[in-house]
Amino acid sequence: MKKRVLTVDDSRTIRNMLLVTLNNAGFETIQAEDGVEGLEVLEEANPDVIVTDINMPRLDGFGFIEGVRKNDRYRAVPILVLTTESDAEKKNRARQAGATGWIVKPFDPTKLIDAIERVTA
Amino acid sequence: MDMNEIKEIFFQECEEQLAELESGLLKLNDGDRDPETVNAVFRAVHSIKGGAGAFGLDDLVSFAHVFETTLDCVRSNRLEPNQDVLKVMLKSADVLADLTNAARDGGSVDQARSRQLIKELEALASGELPQATAAEPTFKAAPTPVAAPPVNEEGFQPVAFSFEDFEADEPAVIEAPCYEIVFRPKSELYAKGNDATLLLRDLSRLGEMSIHCDMDGMPPLDRMNPEAAYFSWKISLKTDKGEEAIRSVFEFAEWDCDLDIALAGGCAVDASEELPMQPVPFDLSMLDEAPAGSAEEEEQFASRDRDAAVSAAGTASNVLQMAQSSTRAPAEAQRNTTAAASAAAQQAASAATPTIRVDLDRVDRLINLVGELVINQAMLSQSVIENDTNGTSSINMGLEELQQLTREIQDSVMAIRAQPVKPVFQRMSRIVREIADMTGKSVRLVTEGENTEVDKTVIDKLAEPLTHMIRNAVDHGLETPEKRLAAGKNAEGTVRLTAKHRSGRIVIELADDGAGINREKVRQKAIDNDLIAADANLSDEEVDNLIFHAGFSTADKISDISGRGVGMDVVKRSIQALGGRINISSKPGQGSIFTMSLPLTLAVLDGMVVTVANQTLVVPLTAIVETLQPEAAAIHSFGASQRLISIRNSFCPLVDVGRILNFRATQANPVEGVALLVESEGGGQRALMVDAIQGQRQVVIKSLEANYTHVPGIAAATILGDGRVALILDVDAIVAASRGQTLKPEMSLAAAG
Repeated sequence: MKKRVLTVDDSRTIRNMLLVTLNNAGFETIQAEDGVEGLEVLEEANPDVIVTDINMPRLDGFGFIEGVRKNDRYRAVPILVLTTESDAEKKNRARQAGATGWIVKPFDPTKLIDAIERVTA
Repeated sequence: MDMNEIKEIFFQECEEQLAELESGLLKLNDGDRDPETVNAVFRAVHSIKGGAGAFGLDDLVSFAHVFETTLDCVRSNRLEPNQDVLKVMLKSADVLADLTNAARDGGSVDQARSRQLIKELEALASGELPQATAAEPTFKAAPTPVAAPPVNEEGFQPVAFSFEDFEADEPAVIEAPCYEIVFRPKSELYAKGNDATLLLRDLSRLGEMSIHCDMDGMPPLDRMNPEAAYFSWKISLKTDKGEEAIRSVFEFAEWDCDLDIALAGGCAVDASEELPMQPVPFDLSMLDEAPAGSAEEEEQFASRDRDAAVSAAGTASNVLQMAQSSTRAPAEAQRNTTAAASAAAQQAASAATPTIRVDLDRVDRLINLVGELVINQAMLSQSVIENDTNGTSSINMGLEELQQLTREIQDSVMAIRAQPVKPVFQRMSRIVREIADMTGKSVRLVTEGENTEVDKTVIDKLAEPLTHMIRNAVDHGLETPEKRLAAGKNAEGTVRLTAKHRSGRIVIELADDGAGINREKVRQKAIDNDLIAADANLSDEEVDNLIFHAGFSTADKISDISGRGVGMDVVKRSIQALGGRINISSKPGQGSIFTMSLPLTLAVLDGMVVTVANQTLVVPLTAIVETLQPEAAAIHSFGASQRLISIRNSFCPLVDVGRILNFRATQANPVEGVALLVESEGGGQRALMVDAIQGQRQVVIKSLEANYTHVPGIAAATILGDGRVALILDVDAIVAASRGQTLKPEMSLAAAG
């Protein structure tokens, strides 16, 4: 069975790159454009792993992660933060919000897939 | 989809982000302090940087990075976005746009300018106040540390090392060092979606490993919290990848566990240590199985999927409707907008409505087909009417419905092409900034009604004339700050750009609060250039309109910015080519207002169908001021062959369309025909003589050039309900021809779609 990845990113460019990368790597990809939409589609997406951006309109990555962690069904789903923020403070905040790991943009496909494989069975 | 397509998407997105950036900065400039505005601005730059990084566009990344850093200071309230700060930021936004264009189309950017701005941005970020004279790089001139793109922390390679190679000559026999790892997860580790098993799996990939699981912390079952962490592991790992590699396995988990890594003296994998190490067989293959859900759960999933499919189908059918309403909603909201709060709400609303992107070619094809449909429907109606003697058949009723539907389809299709004028308006603000800088004037551009929608073709063709006009307004219209202060005005001039819908057309107004038109000067200039007679008696309005004459420029010195004689006449020409009209009204000392009225679409046209020498012609309704039946007493001969008609005590040249187009050899008798009073280039009125008026209807424009060749005096063609081709008159060309100029092939075409 294909693993399902939910990606949350407001940039169309990044969304497309994620889509191509993940599809090529044999994942099933579900995409949302911001935190609010991410939470809305969460049930339907039923993801094995989530990849999310931090800076997004309406609901940012921190809020989104907190929202997922509050959901009884998905609170243990691995969440990778995909962001250009490489400084420790941002990472720390993401971690406190409940992020499992992170990938620093600009990501290269191998690194992304590596990180996903690290946190999924 | 390949990388090139994604790159194309990236540049499209950049354009949107740049627009967002600029409008956000302008809002800040107007005193908006909504954190969401700052966030949106930050996000725009951040997104551009993110995408640019993925494509290795280093120039763009480094500039965006510096810009972003400074914006972050604003976001975290460390930098007050005052006018001086925003001036730098707006310029930076311009450079960012240039860099984006250069990245897309090749070409180069003004390196000096971007380096200068990087310095200014860095100065702002480090808490220095912006220098009033930006041209002087007075601050600590560090050798332009063009900030490197964010370094990827995972990018560096761990250096493999070994403590045991001092005695070995052959690399092959090097014993990998052994590490003792104690890994004690906390419950947070699991709460964040990490999994001890997966970490151990990754660890096992580094080398030879033995694991001992310490289960002593495990309480009795009745006191066990299933989500707590009770186990810890002692691992012996033989690896030549180094401690760094081991640590990187735990990179995501290091805060949520106790981790001790020590280099073991001997190798614990085979050596018996003091610890009773029992290698626990660890079946990692079990990880490959997905956690099996109960049958009931599966059933639940399945039904949910079905529901989702149904709702997705429903959504698809609504997409068009939604796309339409989403573009209209902001326009509605705009009218009621008074505060930033409602603007934010509007933004949220528009962000929530789904839109689809469609290739423009497809839309154009659809529009073309709908055009055919309209024609076909009209032909069908006509032939039914002609063949149906009693006129009450159900076919007639069906036809009426068809007609209504066709009209609705046509309107809906046109609405797809309709877009807000916002992007063009936004471009203008940059132009204002640049000219203000060049002329040393202080200018504020106020835009209103940017969400007013108009056909994309019209928008595309609007940018150029509008740019000319804005340049003129700043360069010629507004006074220097000193003169303004002397006149008791605010040193900062205001240019107001407004768009609104008026009776099926879009009206764009450009108003400045400058000195207004100097009529004496204009008059003198016109006399000098032989445009008017020295003793001509002109109304104020007529004098104002002289500036639209070719080769007219009143600026004392011709500047780079506006005017080497190509000015307002070119503007007027291009507006007219769009089937529009332009007018000026000016008050000395208070400023000028240019008003442009344009059709909402170039694909259809409201026209008056007339007969001239047995030919059917269509006259664009927008050109017609009034129609009248000439009386013999009102016709006056003038010169050899000219005739005038007197209308309410003023004389207007009478133009025989049939004669001009060579439909007939002699002039027709005006009393037997109808006169159409038209307004043409230069604001003058002419009475066009036609034989009869057939009616008024909307016609679909068919380009003559595309299907045949250009015909002087004819703008385009259309197909009427009876299937006959009718030519659409180029009123300006006809009027020009009546002045004695011959119909020239290169005459501009009004409304040639």
